[in-house]
Amino acid sequence: MSVSSATGPAPAITASGLSKSYGDKVVLDGIDLRIPQGTVFAMLGPNGAGKTTTVQILSTLIPADSGEARVAGHDVARDPDAVRAAIGVTGQFSAVDNLLTAEENLILMADLHHLGRREGRRRAAALLRRFDLAEVAAKTVTTFSGGMRRKLDLAMTLVGDPRVIFLDEPTTGLDPRSRRIMWEIIQGLVADDGVTIFLTTQYLDEADQLADRVALLDHGKLIAEGTPEELKRRIPGSHIRLRFPDAGGLESAAALFGSATRDSEALTLHIPGDGSISDLRAVLDVLDDASIEAEALTVHTPDLDDVFLTLTGHPQPKENAR
Amino acid sequence: MTTMAYAVRDSATMLRRNLKHAQRYPGMTISVLATPVLILLLFNYVFGRALGAGIGGTSTGGSSYIDYLAPGIILMGATSGALVTAVGVCVDMTEGIVNRFRTMAISRASFLTGHVVGSVIQTLVSTALVTGIALLVGFRPTATPVEWLAVAGVLTLLILALTWLSAGIGLVARTPETASNIPLPLTFLPFLGSAIVPTDSMPAGLRWFAEYQPFTPIIETLRGLLMGTPIGNSAIMALAWCVGLSLAGYLWARSTFNRGARR
Repeated sequence: MSVSSATGPAPAITASGLSKSYGDKVVLDGIDLRIPQGTVFAMLGPNGAGKTTTVQILSTLIPADSGEARVAGHDVARDPDAVRAAIGVTGQFSAVDNLLTAEENLILMADLHHLGRREGRRRAAALLRRFDLAEVAAKTVTTFSGGMRRKLDLAMTLVGDPRVIFLDEPTTGLDPRSRRIMWEIIQGLVADDGVTIFLTTQYLDEADQLADRVALLDHGKLIAEGTPEELKRRIPGSHIRLRFPDAGGLESAAALFGSATRDSEALTLHIPGDGSISDLRAVLDVLDDASIEAEALTVHTPDLDDVFLTLTGHPQPKENAR
Repeated sequence: MTTMAYAVRDSATMLRRNLKHAQRYPGMTISVLATPVLILLLFNYVFGRALGAGIGGTSTGGSSYIDYLAPGIILMGATSGALVTAVGVCVDMTEGIVNRFRTMAISRASFLTGHVVGSVIQTLVSTALVTGIALLVGFRPTATPVEWLAVAGVLTLLILALTWLSAGIGLVARTPETASNIPLPLTFLPFLGSAIVPTDSMPAGLRWFAEYQPFTPIIETLRGLLMGTPIGNSAIMALAWCVGLSLAGYLWARSTFNRGARR
C-alpha cells in the first residue's frame, strides 16, 4: 500500500481491496481501511451490508477471497496467531459459556491466555468489579439478562489485554439503559487503556456518540467515510412536520414558511431546520402571530435511513450534491 | 513453553471446562446411563427366561442368560455416551463460543481434544456403572484381572472411536436436536448383532449383516474375555474396527473444524 508513511505510529488496522463472496453473492466488494492506533472506528450499515463479514476477516475467523489486511502490524492471512494474540473480539451473539458462572467464564479466558492461577483470579476479580458484575460472579450465566451477558462478553474479551478490540454490534438488542452503560464502558476503554476499537453498528447515534471516524457500508462497498460531523453535514437536516385540520390551515401556513414543502393529501407541512428548541419556538411564534392552529407537530431528526437514502440515492461526492 | 506444551495446557483447560459441565448438569449423563440399564433389566427380568431357554446354555459360557446378555449391555453403555459428545460439540458450535476460541491464540486442536477426552472419561465412568449394575443383578464373569484390563482397553478404544465420530456429527449438525438424533442408530446397532441373541439364530440376510457389522466382533471379544467363550479372530477384527473408526472420525472431525467459521 502506498499510504504507509514514515511519520506517526503505524496504523492499528489497514486493509486494501478486501473481497468476499459466498457462491455468487458478493458480500464484500473491495474494502479499504486505515485506522490509527488509539481511535474508535465505526462501520455503519444495515443488516446484510457486510459488517460482520469484515469483522470475521479482520479477526482471522474467515479468509478473504482477495485483498490484504494487517491488524496490529501482522498480516491476517499469513500470521493469524500473531493477530489473535493482539486482538479481542466481542461478536454479535454473546460468546459466553452459559453453563459456567461469570467468574468461571473469566478464569477460563485467563487460563487460555496462560496467565497463571493467581494472576487469572486477580484479573477476573478486577473485571467483575469494573463491569459491576461482582455480585453475580458466582451465578451461572443462564440466569443473566441480555445486558449483563453483553458486559460479561466484553469483560471476557478484555482478559487478554487486547490492543485492538472488535465489537460487532455491541448494543443490538439491548434496552436503552444497558445501551448507555455499554457506551460508557466503550468510551472508558479508549480513555483508560488507549486501545483501538473497531465497532460495527446499525445506529447512527451510536457511531456519532462513540466513533472518531465512521464509514458507511452498503452492499459490500464503503460509500462514505469521515468524522461523524462530516457525515452528518452530508445528510438532509432535520425538519419540523406540522399537520393541519383542514386545507385552509395548510394553505395559510405554507404561505408563511417559504422553504417548506407541503403534502396536500396528508395535510402536512415540512419545515427544514436543525430541530433545536429555538428553531421550534420560532415556528410556533410564526403560527401564533398568524393565529393558525396546527393539529400536530413532530420533529424529525435524521437517522440511518436518511443517510442511506441520501448517499445511495446520490452516489456523487458531496461537493456536487450540495 | 513449546507449541506442544501449550497444546496440552489448552486441551487440559478445555477438558476442565467440559468436566465442569458434566458435573454441574448430570441430566445428560444420567439419561445416557439409563438406556443400557433399562435394556439390561428388561431383557434380564422380562425376556430373560424365554431367551435363555431359546438359545440354550451352550453359547452363554455361563449358567444363566444374564451371563450372555451382560457383555452386550456393557457395550451399549459405551455406545450411548456418543450422544453426549455430539450434543456438547453442537451446542458450542451454535452458541458462538467457538468463534471466541477461534479468535484467540490457542491451540486449534484443544477444543476438540477437550471435548473428546472429557466424553471418553464420562462414558468410561458410566460404562463402569453399567457393569456394576450388571454384577448386582447376577452377572458372574469368570475373567482374570488381566482379562478385565483387556476389557477396559477394548471399551476405551471403542469409546474413543465413537467419540471422535460423534464430535464430527456435532460439528456438521445444524442444531443440538439433530446432533442428538444422528447417533441414535449406534444404540440400536448392537441389537442387530450378537448382543441379545447369537447371530446363528437369525434369518439368513440379517445374520449376514449381524456377523459383519463392527459391533459383533467387539461384543464377541468382550464376551470371550469376560466369560471365556471362544474369541477366534474377533479380537483382531474388533481392534481393526476401533482403530479404523477412531482414525476416520478424528480426520473427519479435524478437517470439518478447520474448515473455518460457520456463517
